[in-house]
Amino acid sequence: MTFSSGDLLLILPELLIVTAACVVLAVDPVLHPSKKDGMAWLSLGTLATCMGLTASQMSHSTSAFGGLIVIDAYGCFWKLLLCFVTGLTVLLSYSYLKEERLHFSEYYGFVLLALSGMMVMVSSADLLTIYLGTELMSLSLYVMAGLKRSEPRSLEASAKYFVLGAFSSGILLYGISLLYGATGSTRLPDVAAAISGRSLDDSLLLFATILLAVGFSFKLAVVPFHMWTPDVYQGAPTSVTAFMAVASKAASFGAFLRVFVEGLGGVKANWSAIFLLLCIATMVLGNVVALVQTNVKRMLAYSSIAHAGYALIGVVAAGRMGGAAGNGIASVMLYLSLYAFMTFGAFAIVAMLRKGEVEGEEIEDFTGLAKRHPLAALLMMLFMVSLAGIPPTAGFIGKFYVFMSAVEAGMTWLAVLALIFAAISAYYYLRLVMVMYMREPGEVMVTSPRFVMSPTLSIVLACAVAGVVIFGFYPNPLVNLAVQAVLTLK
Amino acid sequence: MTHSFPWLTALIFLPLIGAVAVFLVKETGVRFTALAITLVDLLLSLPLWWLFDASSGQMQFGEQAVWITTPPIRYRLGIDGISLPLVLMTTVLMPLCVLISWDSITTRIRTFMAALLIMEAAMIGVFAALDFVLFYVFWEAMLIPMYLLIGVWGGPNRLYAAIKFFLYTLTGSVLLLVAILVLYFQSGHTFDIIELSQGTYPVTLQLWLFLAFFAAFAVKVPMFPFHTWLPDAHVEAPTAGSVILASILLKMGAYGFLRFSLPMLPDASRAFTPAMVTLSVVAIIYGAYMALAQADLKKLIAYSSVSHMGFVTLGLFAFNVQGIEGAVMQMVNHGITTGGLFLCVGIIYERTHSRQIADNVGLTKPMPRYATILVIFALSSLGLPGTNGFVGEFMVLAGTILWSKMATALASLGIILAAVYLLWMVQRVAFGIPSSQFLPKLQDVNQREMLVLVPLVVLVFWIGVFPNPILTRMHASIDKVIARVSPSSPEPALAVGLDPLAALVRDTAPAVEQVGRP
Repeated sequence: MTFSSGDLLLILPELLIVTAACVVLAVDPVLHPSKKDGMAWLSLGTLATCMGLTASQMSHSTSAFGGLIVIDAYGCFWKLLLCFVTGLTVLLSYSYLKEERLHFSEYYGFVLLALSGMMVMVSSADLLTIYLGTELMSLSLYVMAGLKRSEPRSLEASAKYFVLGAFSSGILLYGISLLYGATGSTRLPDVAAAISGRSLDDSLLLFATILLAVGFSFKLAVVPFHMWTPDVYQGAPTSVTAFMAVASKAASFGAFLRVFVEGLGGVKANWSAIFLLLCIATMVLGNVVALVQTNVKRMLAYSSIAHAGYALIGVVAAGRMGGAAGNGIASVMLYLSLYAFMTFGAFAIVAMLRKGEVEGEEIEDFTGLAKRHPLAALLMMLFMVSLAGIPPTAGFIGKFYVFMSAVEAGMTWLAVLALIFAAISAYYYLRLVMVMYMREPGEVMVTSPRFVMSPTLSIVLACAVAGVVIFGFYPNPLVNLAVQAVLTLK
Repeated sequence: MTHSFPWLTALIFLPLIGAVAVFLVKETGVRFTALAITLVDLLLSLPLWWLFDASSGQMQFGEQAVWITTPPIRYRLGIDGISLPLVLMTTVLMPLCVLISWDSITTRIRTFMAALLIMEAAMIGVFAALDFVLFYVFWEAMLIPMYLLIGVWGGPNRLYAAIKFFLYTLTGSVLLLVAILVLYFQSGHTFDIIELSQGTYPVTLQLWLFLAFFAAFAVKVPMFPFHTWLPDAHVEAPTAGSVILASILLKMGAYGFLRFSLPMLPDASRAFTPAMVTLSVVAIIYGAYMALAQADLKKLIAYSSVSHMGFVTLGLFAFNVQGIEGAVMQMVNHGITTGGLFLCVGIIYERTHSRQIADNVGLTKPMPRYATILVIFALSSLGLPGTNGFVGEFMVLAGTILWSKMATALASLGIILAAVYLLWMVQRVAFGIPSSQFLPKLQDVNQREMLVLVPLVVLVFWIGVFPNPILTRMHASIDKVIARVSPSSPEPALAVGLDPLAALVRDTAPAVEQVGRP
């Protein structure tokens, strides 16, 4: 295989990120502790440059490295989202890690490495490259999850994540190899050409599809492959949890959609049936189990599982729709980008609600927050309302489009079912609003948790709120972006 | 008829600006700011009454802007003779709600007033929206402020009442959202309420959609057996919350039936008429019986609401001019009268800290003005001729009798029972022999409270004696609805619905509209 310098230019955003990651990791040991803040600013600068470059590639539709990498609006949409979320992560971590006394600058190196993996995932048209991207992302996340070395919970999260992640990667790789056996290629266009006209009666193709579905389901935290999620989300440092819940999920969806639409589009009726079952199971289990959680991080973990279920509705619908499949995919892209704002905002508030040395992550810790920190309570309420999908917030817009594609695909019953579970989910989201606004801090609480505001955190919250409110009232730009991006998906 | 000034947008956005403003002014100025905003909103809404062209059944004061391009969702507003009285009722009641909360709300006054103002914006939006998605957004946007109103400033059992209110109404509304989406694809991709109201849809589909609409609207009305959230919410809510709930929120359910179910789903509406009439009559009688048994004043009025709203749904499903106009009149009247009764309960609660009838006996002596006003509202609520209550109920019954004598007879029973529970309540509260010693020292209604009550008393008699100005503004709009829903109109729905193309060509509606009032 040959490649030209032009190819390198096309992946300049990725190269920049990797370089910055290497610089951070290399410089860190020799850096004076007082100057380590600079690594955060370096990361932010790189991310901003990278977003600018990616935005300029939005109108491209080319491939590099003999088709291993494609630069199209679809990939750029995800890359922009991922860079943005990573920027928020860096900003949140800056405040949070200092509070936790975990402020190592390697951390930023791992964040950037994970991001580069994610960017490869969403812009690759080759199964093996996608696999490499997935591994790069996952390995970085395993390390980040175990960052609180002194806390057993964090180590447990890391180990659990690693074992199950490695297991799922194995399944994914097995699926790729079977697909290679069935089609003779790992390139998505070749795979698509090879399976056109074939059905899943071909048992090799059937197993390959199922294994790929299972492998991705692990990454997406879809029931019944979600078991790692609550423990890992709860145990990992909260800034990492936010990163995993938003960025890693978005990247996995980005790669997953490309594989199943571009590569396995020929058997979409079949995989649509598989994901229909997973989607229902995910919505039901995620929402019902979230009802009984007492820990906010765990509740948000189950809520993120449930939200993956809602997003899957769009995938299922896309599989059922003929010409209008793009609407289904676009609704998923829209859903995840709106979900990013509200989920990240919610985790940011959890991270900065401090109870002594640790974070106040129990629901009880939020008791009476509206009295003590009216602004934090107001923002948290906004995020909860948005997660529940109540207008006029971004969460409603996301749900609206997903349900619309379900109805368009003739699955009104699925929309009804999902909406009933959305109404059920309102109960646990509102429980948090209730304790914040309607309960007085009891006698039991000697030291009520305080909310630590910092300049970087206020930027994070401002971005999250702006996303939730602006896209709740005026989603047009984002909708158009998603609709146009999806056109480039073949 | 075009108006250059965007009246409706101003009406909706002014309270929203106010909701932000109350956080910016000094703590002492919060109440005045909220009052000023609601008063300006009232003043802004009054010109609509005179500018409104009563001879036209079309949407007036129309405004339109593109909101979302894919799918085409527009910011489209307009009001006709059905929404006009409801919008005005909202703007009249809101300053009163601010005034009645003047002293009784002491904690987190900013949030309270902001919630009230957001409610006002959303409520006006619901009555003025002409795009189904826009309507839904306003409809749902009310849930959170109302949840907070009940949950933060409510009574002892407020948490339960607040979440019950929230989950009941949300569950109903989500089905409405699905119905909206289904209609969008059935109608050839539009969310426009006027276009949707002219479409014809397959009968089976109509039946399903009717059930989905029903889930949202019947919970809000509330119709028996979906009313159980209402007594809890009313009892626990602060006075202003109860007034908003009873006077405006409940009307939205009925408004939904009239604006959406009847014109969009005429065949299904007719098919479900027996069930709807039965539920209405059951609500009338059941609500009245429950009211008889209550010892708590707020609960009594809450159940009387169930009963009175039964008249509204009964009138709507009579499908004739008297019935539907009576229903809209009854909506307005119930808003005024029940709002007034809840205000009265709030006033006495501030003094005796009890809503139990037994604790508030014999108020005529210490509070003569209060007792007089309470009696006026009670008489209006039981439908005494000369008060507004009579007009609505009489028209509803006059409409129903054309359709079913049995239902009319049973519904009349509700009026008799209303007289029993209301007069019995008045007898005890106003004229009973005081049992507790501190009652005689109670202070009578003060000036601020008079300011709250007098406008409603004036409306009680004005509508009672001279309802015509409201009725004339309604005629044309209601004729349009009747033309859509009456069985005599050509019935293309049965055949056409299966063919999506026919939806584009059918347009029999204009011909029907000219039939006019029977």
